[in-house]
Amino acid sequence: MTPELTIALLAAAVQSGTPILYATLGEIFTERAGVLNLGVEGIMLIGALAGFIVAKTTGVPVYGLLAGGLCGALLAAVHGLVCLVFQGNQVVSGLALTILGTGLSSFWGTAFIGQRTVGFEKLPLPLLSEIPVLGEIFFQHDPLIYLSYLLAPLMWAFLRYTRWGLGLRAVGETPAAAAAAGLRVLAYRWAGVLVGGVLMGFGGAYLSLAYTHLWTNGLSAGRGWIAVALVIFTFWRPGRAILGAYLFGGVMAFQLRLQAMGTTLPSSLLLMLPYGLTIAVLVFSSWRGRGSEAPAALGVNIEPRE
Amino acid sequence: MRRWLPILLIIALMTAGTLPAAEKELKVGFVYVSPIGDAGWSYAHDLGRQHIAALPGVQTAYVEAVPEGADAERVILNMARKNFDVIFATSFGYMDPMLKVAKQFPKTVFMHCSGFKLHQNMGNYFGRMYQARYLSGMVAGAMTQKKILGYVAAFPIPEVIRGINAFTLGAQAVAPDVQVRVVWTKTWYDPATEKEAAKSLLDVGADVIAQHQDSPGPQEAAQEAGAYAIGYNSDMTAFAPKAHLVAPVWNWGPFYEQIANEVRDGSWKSRSDWYGMEKGIVALSPMTDLVPRTVQDMVLAKKAEIVAGTATVFKGPVSDQTGTLRIAAGESASDEALLGMNWFVQGVVGTTE
Repeated sequence: MTPELTIALLAAAVQSGTPILYATLGEIFTERAGVLNLGVEGIMLIGALAGFIVAKTTGVPVYGLLAGGLCGALLAAVHGLVCLVFQGNQVVSGLALTILGTGLSSFWGTAFIGQRTVGFEKLPLPLLSEIPVLGEIFFQHDPLIYLSYLLAPLMWAFLRYTRWGLGLRAVGETPAAAAAAGLRVLAYRWAGVLVGGVLMGFGGAYLSLAYTHLWTNGLSAGRGWIAVALVIFTFWRPGRAILGAYLFGGVMAFQLRLQAMGTTLPSSLLLMLPYGLTIAVLVFSSWRGRGSEAPAALGVNIEPRE
Repeated sequence: MRRWLPILLIIALMTAGTLPAAEKELKVGFVYVSPIGDAGWSYAHDLGRQHIAALPGVQTAYVEAVPEGADAERVILNMARKNFDVIFATSFGYMDPMLKVAKQFPKTVFMHCSGFKLHQNMGNYFGRMYQARYLSGMVAGAMTQKKILGYVAAFPIPEVIRGINAFTLGAQAVAPDVQVRVVWTKTWYDPATEKEAAKSLLDVGADVIAQHQDSPGPQEAAQEAGAYAIGYNSDMTAFAPKAHLVAPVWNWGPFYEQIANEVRDGSWKSRSDWYGMEKGIVALSPMTDLVPRTVQDMVLAKKAEIVAGTATVFKGPVSDQTGTLRIAAGESASDEALLGMNWFVQGVVGTTE
């Protein structure tokens, strides 16, 4: 592989990893608050559709992004309602959310298939994009990618160094102790669910506003599920989410480039790579015994106090 | 009076029996695999439906985004029960479900697109898209500077492989040393994956992107990279005005009209129709201004030869990727050979697996 091709591949890895990165960060935030949300795929689809429709009708991509985040949060709020208010099973509710999101987005979105929207275009950053190699890989993209560069460290710093971040983690680890310390446990969990929903919605909107400028039913094509698996791979750390997301993005981009370079490997085998990697990652995580790093109260509902 | 009543009734019935025949509307149903807004495959079929819906005495209905398999059977069965006269099912995977329903409704005419199974009341039809692909290949061969063409392809089935081979032969007719690189996506309509596939081809040096996909994703990728693009199914200029050169397109209207007329006058017989550019089912969209006049004239001259039947696309000598002679000099590939094509011609870089 020539150097130019390698750089192109890495740049493509960053781009195709970005929607996964947003979704993974969203899921990390939600799970850190102790709520397991398996509805990522559905939320991404709703976010992608909302972003597409709003950007198309208003002509302003940023409104589309905000709409994607807002609608992602709205759908996540359904999960919050089921799990935080009615104490429903988080796994079942999350799965139902995926089905709901997929169905609703197809129902509303079918009319928009085959249309084009305005969206985020490439915007090379001055100076930074001229750095050899690194500039080409990281700084010749669209603004949403630059936003994601900031988001991961911000979330890391928030969880580690702020009172609210500490509170969120406490609620995810030992809600009883957090409550005893005077924290409003349910409020933290709501925040985790809603902020997570916004980020997943952004991830979806990235697909319809920047990655392509098109909508189709099932646009996210399993990226939401990859994000769920990635959360385990990253051991619930935002910093590692960048690594994981780009790894997956890279594998997706790599298999297509292998074909373009004229490999003799069957394409069916190559297309399996990202999904095979998902399984490998899960096996690796549990083999390392780090599954125990999950927030202790993940998936456990808090009983309302009398 | 009573004695006359039956006679009057008989007379009334006899006259009534002759009258409605002229008024009876032909009910034509369509089943599509994707939503009609896709600017692609189903959209092209729906343009055909609209063509016959505008004819007098024809009533049409369609169901879009019907998954292949059990759902398709239910939809086709429903149409048959509602006394549709002809039902067109426009995806390969509808073949077996349609055959099953066809056996239950012997009076209904079933038409299946892109398959191979026949029944006394079920015919199949398809178009020789490879002819238009050959012409679009000529355009690509004339426009490429790096002599590398990229082809984003859906599934390695004979239909797609045939198209890639025809495209390659067309390009080679203009630029003999050109190579065509193929990337399989295993999707028909997935804008994100298909755009990424096109980008991977652009990364390895392709400067014209062709596609056998229903989404305009590859067109976008080509425009962003400042390369050229060749569409498919329908004119895709709107998606990439600065890149789009030409598109091989479907034009089902005349064919659907012919079948509707045959069914109406009772002359329809079960058969396999495989028409090409001579019938206008397959066509080439107008070339955009990016294509120089001389190239346009050359391509249109070849088109005229194909329409007249004086030129064939798969004419020997044609060798496969390994150099083995597949079509001997002076011979043309038979329809059987074309329908089962599973090898790439020399000049294609990629595998058929």
